[in-house]
Amino acid sequence: MERDTNARATRFLVTTSSARASVPGASPFRLGVSFDRLGSVIALLAGISVFVLPFVTYRANRIVSGEPRLLLHALPTTVAVAVMGAVVAVALVAVFIRWPTVRLTAAALGLVVVVPAVGLSAGFMTPTGNNFARISPASGFWLLTLALGLLVADSLTRLRFGPWARLGALVIAAVAVAILLVSGAWHNLSLLKEYATRADSFWREADQHIFLSLGSVAAAAAVGLPLGVLCHRVRAVRGPTLQVLNIVQTIPSIALFGMLMVPLGFLAANVPAAAAIGIRGIGAAPAFVALFLYALLPIVANTVVGLDQVPANVVDAARGMGMSRRQRLTQVKIPLALPIILTGIRIVLVQNLGLATVAALIGGGGFGTFVFQGVGQTAMDLVLLGAIPTVALSFAAAVILDAVIDLAGRVRK
Amino acid sequence: MKMSAASLRIAAFVLLVAFVSAPQLFAFVFEPLTENGAPAIYNQGSLLSLTLAHLRTVFGAVVASTIVAVLLGIFVTRPAGMEFLPLSRSIVNIGQTFPPVAVLAVAVPIVGFGEAPTLIALFLYGLLPIFENTLSGLTQVPPLVLDAAKGMGMSPRQRLLGVELPLALPVILAGIRLSAIINLGTATIGSTVAAKGLGEVIIAGLQSNNVAFILQGGLVVALLAALLHDGLMTLERTIASRLGRSM
Repeated sequence: MERDTNARATRFLVTTSSARASVPGASPFRLGVSFDRLGSVIALLAGISVFVLPFVTYRANRIVSGEPRLLLHALPTTVAVAVMGAVVAVALVAVFIRWPTVRLTAAALGLVVVVPAVGLSAGFMTPTGNNFARISPASGFWLLTLALGLLVADSLTRLRFGPWARLGALVIAAVAVAILLVSGAWHNLSLLKEYATRADSFWREADQHIFLSLGSVAAAAAVGLPLGVLCHRVRAVRGPTLQVLNIVQTIPSIALFGMLMVPLGFLAANVPAAAAIGIRGIGAAPAFVALFLYALLPIVANTVVGLDQVPANVVDAARGMGMSRRQRLTQVKIPLALPIILTGIRIVLVQNLGLATVAALIGGGGFGTFVFQGVGQTAMDLVLLGAIPTVALSFAAAVILDAVIDLAGRVRK
Repeated sequence: MKMSAASLRIAAFVLLVAFVSAPQLFAFVFEPLTENGAPAIYNQGSLLSLTLAHLRTVFGAVVASTIVAVLLGIFVTRPAGMEFLPLSRSIVNIGQTFPPVAVLAVAVPIVGFGEAPTLIALFLYGLLPIFENTLSGLTQVPPLVLDAAKGMGMSPRQRLLGVELPLALPVILAGIRLSAIINLGTATIGSTVAAKGLGEVIIAGLQSNNVAFILQGGLVVALLAALLHDGLMTLERTIASRLGRSM
């Protein structure tokens, strides 16, 4: 049963020809008892990270270099052995069981054991009443999380969830992370100690980051969609527009941020109204404009491609039905082009969520503030405090928009 | 049309070379942008050596990511690595959500300041487009062609080297181009962690509030990117036409 499911999934996912899949003896699914190769790699990674690599790093204070601790010495012995047992169980599932649902459940349970365990370890290792000691996850923990994450990702890929199920999985993951953070299980970890001392600024920078990236994409969509329609209709506009936007893309982000300081500074100095709404030479304004400019090309280009790809006979049929030019555009062409247009928006949203970190260099705020502060102080935890939320946001945005694209494509059929 | 495009390219190249080797000649262009008698041309190092360092970093990273990404792409499309294909696809998708700044910043505590974190970030970031294109190039080879190759008695290795890779080459090259162009811009961020490169000029401008510096650094990188894009496109077209296909 399980072998069957897996073989079917693989046949579907692998877009190569039947010619290659039918090479005799090449497919591991034909064998009676076999190791799952991917599972074996994951089990190996998990084994190394539990038994060989340090699980956490102990530092007497924030700046000094740390001393690594193995899992066995990072937790009370019984707990450590229980965690090891859980990891070994997951590894065995990964090696011997092919059924994606079982693998997914095992990997998720593994994460539920391992992730709080690192918080527990921090509580265990911090001497009571010591506020200076810092415990941070070390390579073993990260590698273990990676191995379990790979198993989750592989099972999810093989299960081929539909858009709603993927959104559901994202919500479950978000709720799990929220419970982890609210419950206090991680409060003794250095990452959250860094957060605790700057909770206010963290949420301020989070707002700023989201404003910069989502706001710039919204503005770019508001301008880019009509511009794309115009480029689609008027050939003479298309070439020059796309060329200019192409050139904008090649300017490195920090340079574009810097260059925009000139005109915006000039504007702020000479137009009181502009200064009144918060336009300044430094800070958020140049960052916002730069992100807006970067977002334009993919949106305009995808709108043009999407509209161009609508089959001519469909448009003819719409014309035959007596639809006006405007109706053809809004009721036929745009709905048909929607998945491609949305793909453009997905690209720029993920890109801008990442690029917004650079805004911190010109005083534009956002999570980059912590990243660059952390780099300046060589404080890894501070870097992670900026980097992890950025990656999480980009990842969530990618999952959500992929689901929306799927749904938009489904409506079309 | 063709002629003017070619002469534009040559003009851009000449301008770039002239500017990085003798920037003082262009001081008059940047002077209006400076305030309080600040220098108009970057004066803390030679633009030429910074440009070369920048290109060296990008080139090194792209070569490394090309080797790794193409080998990985070949591995997961062989029967032995087939099991890793779905996962590697999702890793590519997830990997793209990591902002380069984050990769760079996380690499610093591990390998220290300087070129190394930049190379790592560029290498990792450059892997994705090449890997993705290698995959789509190799999986898009028509099954009929492969069957024919098999019928001719070609071994799997001969099919890979003689049929699949040549057919996938234009797509792989497009991935390399994408990766090189992205890296050219991203490498400027490397200067925040003390890597030598054109980012130094821009950051010096940001720190001393000297727009002339920012503009110089930005323009040189943009020109490099445009020329590189053009050059690689031409190379792709040449190779594609050698293969008897139109792009």
